[in-house]
Amino acid sequence: MDINKMTFSPQLEERFAKLLTAYPTGKQRSAVVPMLMYAQDEVGSVTPELVQEVSKRCGVTPLQVEEVIGYYSMLHKKPMGKYHVQICTNISCLLVGGEELWERATKTLGIGHKEVTADGLISLEEVECMGACSWAPAVEVNYDFHHFVTPEKLDQLLADLRKTQ
Amino acid sequence: MALYNEPSPLETRIVSRLFGIPNSHTLDVYLANDGFKAFQRAVAMKPEEIIEEVKVSSLRGRGGAGFPTGLKWSFVPRTSPKPKIIVVNADESEPGTCKDRLLIEYDPYQMIEGMMIAGLAVDAKVGYVYIRGEYRYLIDHFENVLAEAYSRNILGKNVLGTGINFDIHAHTGAGAYECGEETALLDSLEGKRGIPRMKPPFPAVAGAWAFPTLLNNVETYSAVPAIIRDGGKAFADLGIPKAGGTRLVCISGHVNKPGVYEVPLGYPMMKFIYEIAGGVRNGKKLKAVVPGGSSCPILTAEEADLNMDYDSLAKVGSMLGSGGMVVLDETTDMVRFALRIMRFYQHESCGWCIPCREGTTWLKKVLTRFDEGHGREKDIDLINELAKNMLGRTFCALGDAAALPTISIIEKFRGDFEKKLAASRELVGV
Repeated sequence: MDINKMTFSPQLEERFAKLLTAYPTGKQRSAVVPMLMYAQDEVGSVTPELVQEVSKRCGVTPLQVEEVIGYYSMLHKKPMGKYHVQICTNISCLLVGGEELWERATKTLGIGHKEVTADGLISLEEVECMGACSWAPAVEVNYDFHHFVTPEKLDQLLADLRKTQ
Repeated sequence: MALYNEPSPLETRIVSRLFGIPNSHTLDVYLANDGFKAFQRAVAMKPEEIIEEVKVSSLRGRGGAGFPTGLKWSFVPRTSPKPKIIVVNADESEPGTCKDRLLIEYDPYQMIEGMMIAGLAVDAKVGYVYIRGEYRYLIDHFENVLAEAYSRNILGKNVLGTGINFDIHAHTGAGAYECGEETALLDSLEGKRGIPRMKPPFPAVAGAWAFPTLLNNVETYSAVPAIIRDGGKAFADLGIPKAGGTRLVCISGHVNKPGVYEVPLGYPMMKFIYEIAGGVRNGKKLKAVVPGGSSCPILTAEEADLNMDYDSLAKVGSMLGSGGMVVLDETTDMVRFALRIMRFYQHESCGWCIPCREGTTWLKKVLTRFDEGHGREKDIDLINELAKNMLGRTFCALGDAAALPTISIIEKFRGDFEKKLAASRELVGV
């Protein structure tokens, strides 16, 4: 497959350049996962083109890139919504209403785990512990944490996402 | 951003001493609070003397395993011609644990100084901080801190005019609990799937890229500046014999004042729950305590009346773990709780070892059936037996981490399972 070089923002290129020098000489495979994580935010998902691009830049085979995608839960082959709403239901959140928040969000949005609303705006994911246990229940929208979330706060949060589209 | 709760006057604040101070993450605030004095002192010390000081402090790994830190440092072959690598485990993923993010957010230079002192002790010139992907805000924050450190000659060549070179890089994970296990973390750092390695060789001998590697938790490195600055003995004296110093405990669940608090090793658990964390919510009775993250066997309210140290927890068959304490009140459905723990481990099992991959999958199935009201009487023993069959049969501790809490819940709260069984029978009219 002949694919033209992908173009990224200058900020992302800068991050890539840094990554390629961060590891010992010849160990650039280490940059694969961070590159995929940072690029995914810009591209929207881990596309076949991105796999090729990262494999070329890191000097590894496309298969070596493919194999990590299935392993790490934050790497997505399909695009998630513009706002990826992650609701924790692990033990600390469970005890203070995490499951109720999850049920509420699925009903409000009419979508389930790792699904996206028809307009592509919001996606949902029931996630494992995000490390916000002492401020539970916790919700993360993209990379922003929301703590001590009540059902009312969740409603407000989802409504605000719709408004700011 | 994370939140920092109101501190309690009952705390002993060593690693969290700057929490709550405005701009505590900046170099100027750190320098104004004895920052890098420990590093300057360490530069004048022999490597063996640094390691000895850490041994005297009785500091033990704060990630969960509690291995003596000084001893771990002494395993790195510092005279080896290979480059030595410092790695920080900031993968913090053990359910109930949320302390390391605060250390990086509010006092990153403390950890950086600890890494640099470790570098002097084991002759390493580079360090990697492996931060879980969910903490993206923290990675961005830490990269800004690193940029400041380089611009002020704290990192790079000839740091602080000492003639020493030291570099630090932030590395993002991408969502995998397993990568908190040290050898899986190293595979992940190398750009592979995070799968645990056969030991030996231990990371100290052949770790990241097969180079000698010193791997510790964020909080462990963060305790080092105080140890070198004020002496290992002063730190040791804060705790109890063989378990020195203080540690951060993240308390969550049914308590009035959940938060992250720092107390000496050996602090009474009941005093912690009732006086520091404000006691059980809504005046309810205490039912159980997860002492240090979801992998620790659960304690009944009676058992929880103990001191928080390695030996006291071991006596009741549990562990101090990662400092993630979860408090459960009398209203908690233990079947649901056990199921949620198992769903987590089943999701996170890397699949490398069959007893873990299959064990967690079957346990999830049986617990789900039980929770949904389709349990059979013999399921209670079946759950116990399945869990016991996983123990000690896997490369890493994830298998045990899934089995141990399950066994403890079945054995200590069997009544909850029997009640659920009776209720589901009534429902179908058997």
